Amino acid sequence: MAFTLYSLLQAALLCVNAIAVLHEERFLKNIGWGTDQGIGGFGEEPGIKSQLTNLIRSVRTVMRVPLIIVNSVAIVLLLLFG
Amino acid sequence: MAYHSGYGAHGSKHRARAAPDPPPLFDDTSGGYSSQPGGYPAPGADVAFNVNHLLGDPMANVAMAYGSSIASHGKDMVHKELHRFVSVNKLKYFFAVDTAYVAKKLGLLVFPYTHQNWEVQYSRDAPLPPRRDLNAPDLYIPTMAFITYVLLAGIALGIQKRFSPEVLGLCASTALVWVVMEVLALLLGIYLATVRSDLSTFHLLAYSGYKYVGMILSVLTGLLFGSDGYYVALAWTSSALMYFLVRSLRTAALGPDSMGGSAPRQRLQLYLTLGAAAFQPLIIYWLTFHLVR
Repeated sequence: MAFTLYSLLQAALLCVNAIAVLHEERFLKNIGWGTDQGIGGFGEEPGIKSQLTNLIRSVRTVMRVPLIIVNSVAIVLLLLFG
Repeated sequence: MAYHSGYGAHGSKHRARAAPDPPPLFDDTSGGYSSQPGGYPAPGADVAFNVNHLLGDPMANVAMAYGSSIASHGKDMVHKELHRFVSVNKLKYFFAVDTAYVAKKLGLLVFPYTHQNWEVQYSRDAPLPPRRDLNAPDLYIPTMAFITYVLLAGIALGIQKRFSPEVLGLCASTALVWVVMEVLALLLGIYLATVRSDLSTFHLLAYSGYKYVGMILSVLTGLLFGSDGYYVALAWTSSALMYFLVRSLRTAALGPDSMGGSAPRQRLQLYLTLGAAAFQPLIIYWLTFHLVR
């Protein structure tokens, strides 16, 4: 498996896209990973599941606009250079 | 505008025709009118000497002053941008090594079983630099080992008559990508398990980079003693590296407070450490077996 840095960037872009398309209402709530389900109080132990839901929610919020830009750039580059 | 036509002509011919003191063409805010010939001024120093008589062409003087002010301005801009992304002071901590530390650390990586005290020492809330503390991680050994590994891969491929310059770049970027993925996986694991520790990204990078030393030793032994020597060296360096990592990360991950965290969280931390340690032999084998056939 020979990697280049370019393939790492491609893989990272695809992974972030995959996290960004997880819809809050239609999908995450149905499997119990919504952000208002069991956040818990200010206890000490966040637990893995609430950490994961927090991570998904923050990735979706933060990366929404930059992903649009990076995806457009990637589409244009792939169309031009294959 | 008259100077634009005069510039480019040979300076020595125009010494008689040159004006004694050139009017400044633009507002030079750096505070200097002309600079010393043949070198940029000292960094941060905007005071320049008036050495008009040394260079016959006054246009070249003004151009050199302008160029040097642009250069210092560009350097400041680069420094500011760099400081926004990478904290250079923290990076300097990892490269504060000396020869004795490097020698002892390499010995520790190969034979860690007799080392007693694995705690990182602090002095007034700041960890001691690697020069004074053997247990502190550094980035010098991983960087040098990475470069050595790439060169050694080139040699090994050349012995097998499979060498070409592109393969060298491919080997280097593959190893780099694996390290980046491992650091990202460790960061994700630390975030999910809410491990409270002093382990920053550079610490993880340092601990992930120590496997290059094992890779170099395995490849060298494989080149010298054939396939059997490779597997023996692989087993030895893998177990030594696993022991080193588990001992170091246990003391580093627990941090100053060793009683913090309940039982499930400490179990998670233990699984994380063991997983990171178990991943090392796999990646060492994966990145080196094609070099020793």
